[in-house]
Amino acid sequence: MTDIPVLADLNLAWTWPVVGLGLGATLLLVADLFIPRDRKQRTAWLALAILLVSFLLNLAAFPVVDSAFFGMFVVDPFSAFLNLIALTTAFISILLSVDYLQRSGMQRGEFYALILFTTAGIMLMGHANDLVVVFVSLELLSIPLYILAAFRYPDVKSSESGMKYLVLGAFASAFFVFGAALIYGATGSTSLPHIFEVVARGFAAGGAPELLLLVGTGLVLVGLGFKVAVVPFHMWTPDVYEGAPTPVTAFMSVGAKVGGFAALLRILVFALPVLSTGAVEASAWQQVVSLIAAATLILGNVVAIAQQNVKRLLAYSSIAHAGYIMMALAAAGHAGFGEQATRAALVYMLAYMFTNLGAFAVAIAIEKGDGSGSDLERFVGLGRSRPLLAGIMAFFMLSLTGIPLTAGFIGKWLIFQVTIEAGLVPLAILGVLTSVVSAYYYIGVIVRMFLRDGEGDPAAGGTGLVNGAVYLSFAGTLLPGIFPFLMIDLTRVVSTTLVGG
Amino acid sequence: MESSGLSLLTSVLFLPLLGAVVLLFLREEQAGHIKWTAFGFSLATFFGTLLLWLAFDSSASGLQMVQRVDWLPQYGISYYVGVDGLSLLLVVLTGFIMPLAILSSFRSQIFEERGRIRLYYLFMLLLEWAMIGVFVAQDLFLFYIFWEVTLVPMYFLIGIWGAEERIYAAVKFFLYTMAGSILMLLAILFLGSRGGSFALPELIAMVESGALELPFTGLLGAGSVQSFLFLGFFIAFAIKVPVWPLHSWLPDAHVQAPTAGSVILAGVLLKMGTYGLVRFNLPLFPEASVAWAPAIAVLAVIGILYGAWVSYAQTDVKKLVAYSSVSHLGFVVLGIFALNAQGIEGGLLQMVNHGISTGGLFLLVGMLYERRHTKALDAFGGIWKVMPFFGAAGLIVVLSSMGLPGLNGFVGEFTILLGSMGSEVLGFFFTMFAALGIILAAVYMLYMFQKVFMGDVDKEENRNLPRLHWQEIAVLVPILLVILLIGLQPGPFFDTMTATVDDLVADVGEFIPRGEDMVAATALRDSPVLSTGAQGTR
Repeated sequence: MTDIPVLADLNLAWTWPVVGLGLGATLLLVADLFIPRDRKQRTAWLALAILLVSFLLNLAAFPVVDSAFFGMFVVDPFSAFLNLIALTTAFISILLSVDYLQRSGMQRGEFYALILFTTAGIMLMGHANDLVVVFVSLELLSIPLYILAAFRYPDVKSSESGMKYLVLGAFASAFFVFGAALIYGATGSTSLPHIFEVVARGFAAGGAPELLLLVGTGLVLVGLGFKVAVVPFHMWTPDVYEGAPTPVTAFMSVGAKVGGFAALLRILVFALPVLSTGAVEASAWQQVVSLIAAATLILGNVVAIAQQNVKRLLAYSSIAHAGYIMMALAAAGHAGFGEQATRAALVYMLAYMFTNLGAFAVAIAIEKGDGSGSDLERFVGLGRSRPLLAGIMAFFMLSLTGIPLTAGFIGKWLIFQVTIEAGLVPLAILGVLTSVVSAYYYIGVIVRMFLRDGEGDPAAGGTGLVNGAVYLSFAGTLLPGIFPFLMIDLTRVVSTTLVGG
Repeated sequence: MESSGLSLLTSVLFLPLLGAVVLLFLREEQAGHIKWTAFGFSLATFFGTLLLWLAFDSSASGLQMVQRVDWLPQYGISYYVGVDGLSLLLVVLTGFIMPLAILSSFRSQIFEERGRIRLYYLFMLLLEWAMIGVFVAQDLFLFYIFWEVTLVPMYFLIGIWGAEERIYAAVKFFLYTMAGSILMLLAILFLGSRGGSFALPELIAMVESGALELPFTGLLGAGSVQSFLFLGFFIAFAIKVPVWPLHSWLPDAHVQAPTAGSVILAGVLLKMGTYGLVRFNLPLFPEASVAWAPAIAVLAVIGILYGAWVSYAQTDVKKLVAYSSVSHLGFVVLGIFALNAQGIEGGLLQMVNHGISTGGLFLLVGMLYERRHTKALDAFGGIWKVMPFFGAAGLIVVLSSMGLPGLNGFVGEFTILLGSMGSEVLGFFFTMFAALGIILAAVYMLYMFQKVFMGDVDKEENRNLPRLHWQEIAVLVPILLVILLIGLQPGPFFDTMTATVDDLVADVGEFIPRGEDMVAATALRDSPVLSTGAQGTR
């Protein structure tokens, strides 16, 4: 076969949301050169426009199922849904950044381009149909984030944040690559559909899976576990979150997690559902994932209680929320529940995205220009000085707790339901009990804002753009809470069947 | 029966929410407008609940005024509301208590210190919406939403406008109740997933027909699914009631809450727990209900005696009333788990009675507090001489709470004891100890009345207490009237529930093991002791 592939063979048609975003980010870097130093907001508007175009292209692609780049890249409702989350995250994060960067004197054009590159990486994670592509997108996701975490140069904490993230991220990537290599060794392919076939054939033949394959899967789990920050791979999270500029923290806490879970779902649920060590009804990785979920739920929620800084609080809370998504992943390991659990995880991520970004937006509103002032004590009296902002923050806290009429409740509802149906009742009980623990620290924020007496912060960072992000997140948290089908119906077309190969 | 338009029940349910939305458009400075808007909406809701009663057909046992609209059809979830004999009176009670609670806040001095009048009345109306929702929801998903939503406004009412220890009390209230209800969430999810629907009537029908099998193999046996589901619901409700030993949040919440908050807490919120037991535990898990009944009745009796005992030891009037709730609600739980018509009907009526008399007691305490800024028993004495109408009202409410014949409390407690005596699962000993509780109630109630109202005016500060404002009289008079009405004419109240309760008892009764005592029990049950219509027709 000496045929030289031509462009048409790549089947690019449905890849434009991602490819276009990458191209747009590159062009943005060039365009930024021509934008004067004191007008860098224009770069932000351009970045928002690029995101919007990608968003619309992605909407058009929604029900499509297709593959490109010779089967390495897959377009399906799963990836399209994740793209919606990734693009909205980037959009809101940029809204949060513009005034923040100005205020703290780090308004530089490459910030926005880096956000776009990372976003392309997150989206590519969802599209990946090959372990090599997963790795490439993992790096595309991570490297710009290392830079962004250290963006408040020469602030020591920010540099520490970037450095920690870089070193641990590199470790994680190494684990992932080694795991991918072992899986390749065991199955002879890096293509996910091919791996699925080989494993399914082995399962049908009744033999035990190769040790290589099991170890490889474990290492992949470790590598991606770092990215989504689940126990015991969570150590970096609080320091990195605290040191990074707050809009970056907001972006990271949702974006990186969504990307990581996209890959975890693709590899474990789509490609390796029948990887089994004998038990017919459960995958071999289910027990490990359950244990990780349990440990994450306990540690994230319990340690969050002691936090005195809102960024650290949200860091531990984000660890805890990764635990809930891990619950769905554990349920997906039960034969026949892959699809339902994947949908629950997707809805949960969407709800978590709006709520968490909203909470960070409020944190940005009360933060001082030099990056200090994110102590929880600064929330005292906010209910008096900024009643609307405080009221919405209270709503976000209730959503993170999982109180009804919020999007967070719908997400928890679906995850608990699939966990129970898949027979993991002890895990579900642990999940609800840790929810009660989480209520304590989320309620603590409300106590400070409304119940304690104090002067109240004027929330100088609450500029028009930040408020816009708050209202957008509020709408995204409230409306699905009342009309759950807004979120749920989007996931109904999601299927866990792999395409191409 | 099922309408898809705007039914009367839905209108009544959403009227308070509409009021809350209207309040959003008023400014904080328009205090007068805010107050009267909130009062107007709650009063309109009350008239709406009375219309429901008028339209209610007492002879039918099933749900009435049903409305059902698909919400999440693929999960078997719908907006499904309706009332029957179990819920009608509680809906009316909510409608009755709320305008009084709102009116009683008008002259409260708490706003001078804490302000935020608009937020206060907003939470009041939100709370009313959620509480009515709890009583009319027939879909487990919808029920759980209303159930959890009641937490939020009450948490803020205690936390913002409460007394010194308000933050501790509010957080404790929130965490305690959430811990219970979240276990119920798991049980709900399990039931809904197994049954393929979250609609309560459908689930009950499936349980009865055997289509939904919930095996019962002993109280805590492995695989005793029904028993664990029963406990999932029971713990959530028991915390709310509260059943001893899960009551420790109640004194804190009651004592710290503002007057109206305590009134609503005692008047309606606690009844959500006892209502839940009748609405969910008995029909969904009949076998487990029968098996658990004696154990729960023991807790109820302990609660009756313990609550009374601790009440007597209090030096704070509000705390005394708070602990008396533990005792009174013990009677309700005992009545429910007598598992016969009299017990359950007595329990349902006693829920209403307790709401009215304890709500009244909290209103009285609140009026004293506004005048003297203390709740210590020792600070009072001879109040009757200073405030004659207040003293007379106090006497009637105290006697009603004690269970004096001719007033409402007697009818409920007597019917409950009758039910417990004739019960095939309980019997003489439970009744005997519970009856002791009535005597103890007389002790602590009269002790309080004597310390506060009787004797000479020996404290200088008490000599010139202002008499009642007309708004305060307007709050107390309806309560006194209803106390007398139920006491003298309980018939119409029992009539609303008879058909539904008989149906329920017939379903649960199948699982009661029958012995020789049955003849005696049946004889007792069928004896026409009261003209209450509570004859167990099976």
